Parts: sequence; C-alpha cells; structure tokens
Amino acid sequence: MTAAREPVLTSGRASLRRRIDHGVKSLAQGRLGRTLVIALPYAWLLLFLLLPILIVLKISFSEMALASPPYTPMLQWVEQRTLSLSLHLGNYAFLWQDPLYMAAYLNSLKIAAVSTVLCLLIGYPMAYAIARAPSGWRIVLLMLVILPFWTSFLIRVYAWIGLLQGNGLINHLLLSLGLIDQPLVLLHSNFAVYLGIVYSYLPFMILPLYATLVRMDLTLLEAAADLGSPPWKSFLTVTLPLSLPGVIAGSLLVFIPAVGEFVIPDLLGGPDSLMIGKVLWTEFFSNRDWPVASAVAIAMLLVILVPLLLFQRVEERETTDPTR
Amino acid sequence: MPQPRRDPASLESWQDPDARPFLEIRGVTKVFDGATYAVDDVSLKIFRGEFFSLLGASGCGKSTLLRMLAGLERCTQGHILIEDEDITDLPPFERPVNMMFQSYALFPHMTVEQNVAFGLRQEKLSRQEIRTRVGEMLELVRMTGFARRKPDQLSGGQRQRVALARSLAKQPKLLLLDEPLGALDRKLRESTQFELVNIQERVGTTFIMVTHDQEEAMTMSTRLAVMDAGRILQVGTPSEVYEYPANRFVAEFIGAANLFDGRVASADGDRVTIQSEGAPSDIVMHHPQPLAIGTPVTVALRPEKIRLLDEPPPEDVNWIRGTVREIGYLGDVSIYHVGTEGGLTVQVQVTNRGRRTSGPLTWDDVVCLGWDADAGVVLPA
Repeated sequence: MTAAREPVLTSGRASLRRRIDHGVKSLAQGRLGRTLVIALPYAWLLLFLLLPILIVLKISFSEMALASPPYTPMLQWVEQRTLSLSLHLGNYAFLWQDPLYMAAYLNSLKIAAVSTVLCLLIGYPMAYAIARAPSGWRIVLLMLVILPFWTSFLIRVYAWIGLLQGNGLINHLLLSLGLIDQPLVLLHSNFAVYLGIVYSYLPFMILPLYATLVRMDLTLLEAAADLGSPPWKSFLTVTLPLSLPGVIAGSLLVFIPAVGEFVIPDLLGGPDSLMIGKVLWTEFFSNRDWPVASAVAIAMLLVILVPLLLFQRVEERETTDPTR
Repeated sequence: MPQPRRDPASLESWQDPDARPFLEIRGVTKVFDGATYAVDDVSLKIFRGEFFSLLGASGCGKSTLLRMLAGLERCTQGHILIEDEDITDLPPFERPVNMMFQSYALFPHMTVEQNVAFGLRQEKLSRQEIRTRVGEMLELVRMTGFARRKPDQLSGGQRQRVALARSLAKQPKLLLLDEPLGALDRKLRESTQFELVNIQERVGTTFIMVTHDQEEAMTMSTRLAVMDAGRILQVGTPSEVYEYPANRFVAEFIGAANLFDGRVASADGDRVTIQSEGAPSDIVMHHPQPLAIGTPVTVALRPEKIRLLDEPPPEDVNWIRGTVREIGYLGDVSIYHVGTEGGLTVQVQVTNRGRRTSGPLTWDDVVCLGWDADAGVVLPA
C-alpha cells in the first residue's frame, strides 16, 4: 500500500517543484514580476479606496436605527426564505429638501474656488521666481516652500489661532503701534478660513507650477523677443499658455481638498463659515446619523468627481483629435 | 558639389572701396564672468544681399557674435551699426533683425500658421494682411498644406522650413541663421543648402549664417569668416580662403592640408626656394611678397594638388618619396596616406577615372609625389 502510494506522492512533489520552478523562472523573466508590480497598486486602491466608498454608499441607502452599528441593514432574510433588499433613498431626498445642505455645498465650492484663485495669484509669481532663479538657489527656495510640512498641519492651524485671536500677536502689534484702538476681529471669520486654506495649500500650487515652468525651453522666449514681442507680451502669449498644465494640476490639488476641508473652518471659522466638511462631522458625531452623513459624503464625491471627469474627457478629446 | 549660380554683379560690393557697408561690427568684445573672452575685438563689414558665413569649431565665439547681432547678448565693448544706425543698445524686440534658431524654437502650442504669424501680430497689420503674408511665406517654403499642423506633428525638415518662414515673415533687413542645417540628415542637408540660397536670392535679404561645417559654408556663402578663440582669422570668398589661407589654422581648418615647415633658402622675384627637413628636395613655390632669407615658413599643399609620379622629376625640386600606409576608397576619389622618409604623413587625393575595385596603388607601395610651384601657399610661421 505504502509502496503503491509512494510514486504518487513524489510525482505530486515533483509537479509542485515544477510549478515553483516555473514561477521562479517567469519571475526571473519578468512576467510574474510585472504582474505583481501592477497588481499591487490595484490591490491597494481596491482595499483602501473602492471598498470604503462602497461601504459608505451602502450605508447612505439605509435608515438610522438605534442599534450598533446605528443603521438598518441593506440585505435581510425575511421569514428565513426571501432575501429582501431595501434601498432607502430618503437621505438623498432629505439633502435636497433641507436648504442647509445646499447652502453648505455652495459655500464650500465658493470658498474652495476663491482660495484656489488666491493660491494661483500668490503661487504663480513665486513658482516663476524660483524657476528662473540661478540653479544653485532653486533647491534652497524649493526647500523653503516644502519646509512647513515638517510641522504637523494641525499645529500650524493652531498657530494661526495664537496669531489671529483678540489678544493675539497681530492685534497686539497693531495696538502697540497705535494703528488701531480696538482689537480687530480676525479669528472665527471667513477671512481666517481663507487665510488658513491659502496658507495650508499654497505649496500644492507652487510645486506643479514650478515643475512646468522650470522645464520650459527659454529659447522660445528669445524667439518671441526676436520676433518683436516685448517681455510682458511674451509672458502672456508663450509662458502662460505653456504653463497651463501646471496651472490645472495645481488648481485641482488645492480645490479638491479645500472643498471637503474640515479642520480649518472648524478651528478658524465663525458661525457663518458653513462648509460641507463641518456638516458631515456634525451629522456623524453629534447627531450619530450615519446614513445622512454617508449621503452627504457621496453627494460631495459626485459634486467634485463629475466635473473632473467631464473636464478630463474634454482634455483627452483635444489632445487626440487629429483635425486640430 | 556644384556651386549655386549667383549674379556676378552682386559679388563686387566688398571689393568696392566706396561701397557703404550694410552691417558694420566695430571692435565688438564679449566677456563672460569677467575673464572669458568669447568674442575678442571683432570688426567686420557686411554688404547688402550677401550670404555671409561665420565658420569655426564649437566654442570659437561664432554663436555669441550672432546672438549679439540679434540683441540676445549685450556687447561688453564695441558697436554694431546697421545702415550707419547704432543698434548696440536696442533690445531684441526693437531690432530690424530676425533669427532662425538652431533648435528652431517653434512655439509648441501654436499651429504652423500661428507660428509664422507671431512676428506679424506684433506689428500694426490688419488680419487680412497677416493672412496674405503668412500664405506667401508658407508657399515660399512649400509648407502650405501643413498650415494647421502643430510643430510636434512635423518632421525635422518641415520644422526647419517653418522656422525659416517665421523668421522671414517680418521681411527683416538682416536674417541670422544659427546652424540652420545642423539638425538635418546628410541628404536633406545638401538639397536644403541650395534651397536656402535660392530663397535668399529671391527675397534679397542679407543672410548671416553660423556653421561649423566648412563644406556648408563653402557651398552657400558669398564670403565667409573663419573664427577661432573669439577672433576672426580670415575673411574672404570661399575660393580665396581655400586657395590662399592666411595662416596655418585656416589651412588646416578648411579642407585638408599637408604642411611642411622650413626656412627660406633663396628668393628670386616671385619664386622662393624653401628647404624643409620633411622633404629631401628643395621646395620652389610662387609667393608674390618678398621674404627674407632664413625666414621660418610653412608650405601648405592640398591633397588633390599632389600628383603620383613614376620617378623623381628631372629638375629635382618639389617631390618627395614615401610608402603607402593607408588607403581610403571613397568611390569618386581615393585618399592615400603616404609615410615619407622624413617621418611625415602626406595625404594625396586621386580621382578614380577608370573603373576598378581598387586604386592604382596598394599598401606598402613606394611612390614619388610631386607638385607644381603654384599648387600651394607659403605661410609665415
């Protein structure tokens, strides 16, 4: 019996070894290695992006319940036989009907848009100056842009409270210089929110702008000058259009996180600086209404994602269009 | 290579002492970082309608000189005048000069049409005028069908044409060309040489071209200047510079040259006799200027002006004996490197008249080489 089984076992081992050999060989040839390298980011995205979104989407279609977790399940066995699927659209209808949410979305978009424009207006000259600086200076100046990242974002926002509050550093300075008699109300205002967002997100505008500006072929500007274009006009007709990819990338990097910003309006904003991130937090933690909070999150995702995808489609059509 | 036909009357402007130069460069110097003399006290007069070449190896200062003419570099010293008007301190966008860049510098975000129109848009011209002029320019360079393309959809040769059209669109008084054919492959370069000369004659603009390719400079220019280390070594027509190089550097830079160092042994009218360690016989050459006996000189002989002889000439001058060391078969001609008894290597070029797979000589053959008294030049060392 044992003698009869022995060859089977060895052949099983042999086939296993053959498979391992094959695996090692194809890894060496790069086929398996390549698959692994490609699969890894996909697995990451699936696990930490797609799956959480699907969970949030699922919760957004349920109802609040006094349970743990505090919402009704989506799939349920009714009388042990039928599987009932309940999709509750009430949360989205609620978002649409209650003016608070619409106001919060619009206000978030407005604050994000204005902050993006401010970042662009401040960041473009800075990126331009760094890109045109002597090459030895560039790395130093770039380091100065990146340096604030060494301190936690939260601490930097807290630092602004110390600067802006009624008896803070700025008011103290202005009072002692005699420029004002009463402390200015700086903290807990829309001004403080704009200041906080522009301050926090400026590096995300400068870095992509710098990357496009530093790559630009400077003989193009010489050619423009040679053809009779004064420097300011060359900037508008050559430099600016060629840096457009950097402008778009930087604007998206500032606009998208700014729409959903929670920390800055919470710490620096006042009662009227209503932003969707703050609403979401309130729904989730104060009201413990997970379904509505999830609906708010999904709606926010759509508000940002849909225009972005449309924009990308237009972009792609423009770059692949052979008749242009 | 045949020379493009030129109107013989237009060749005389630089020979006429009363002619007013179109462009005058007076003692122009460019110093980089306080110590590097890129261009060192250059003076030149260039006349209307010329196709002038600045020829030199890379780093000789020819491009810097061109960029100073365009206004892209400031002169450290000296003046640049166009039709007696000093333009030394004018910024590039106010000069009546246009430049064709070596990299072409086409605007990548604009179509061919928009690139050509760019210069015209800077002037007060109506849309209709601009469109007409752009159409003419594209026709001139045969690019009409590509008006809507962007530069990255064009081949190298097509980009070169667009760059030329763009630089000519404003009808500049002076067109500067920085290595205009440098990025093209050999076949295309040869046909483009002629086209460029034809276009120049049609539009009548004065062209100044920078090149490191001596063949290109010889074929295309009315006159050329050989530059080295920021200085101009010789200015002349291509044949003057080739046949009568002013010094050793020019003789070696333009074409190939065999150089014999020696001393003047005797001088009789326009004939000088030179004794050289490299040659067993006396060298007798034509030389119009008188030379003192004992002056150290260099005799420069072109490879195509040396003949293969069966035996030493009866008068026992102007010959040398040697062994064939290397053979270069180029199809139309063969080049032999002959090692002489004096230890020199002499280059000889022989036209392959008959059809055979090898030349008349083979390796290690002992040959006699001879030349005429007017086959070369005597250069003061």
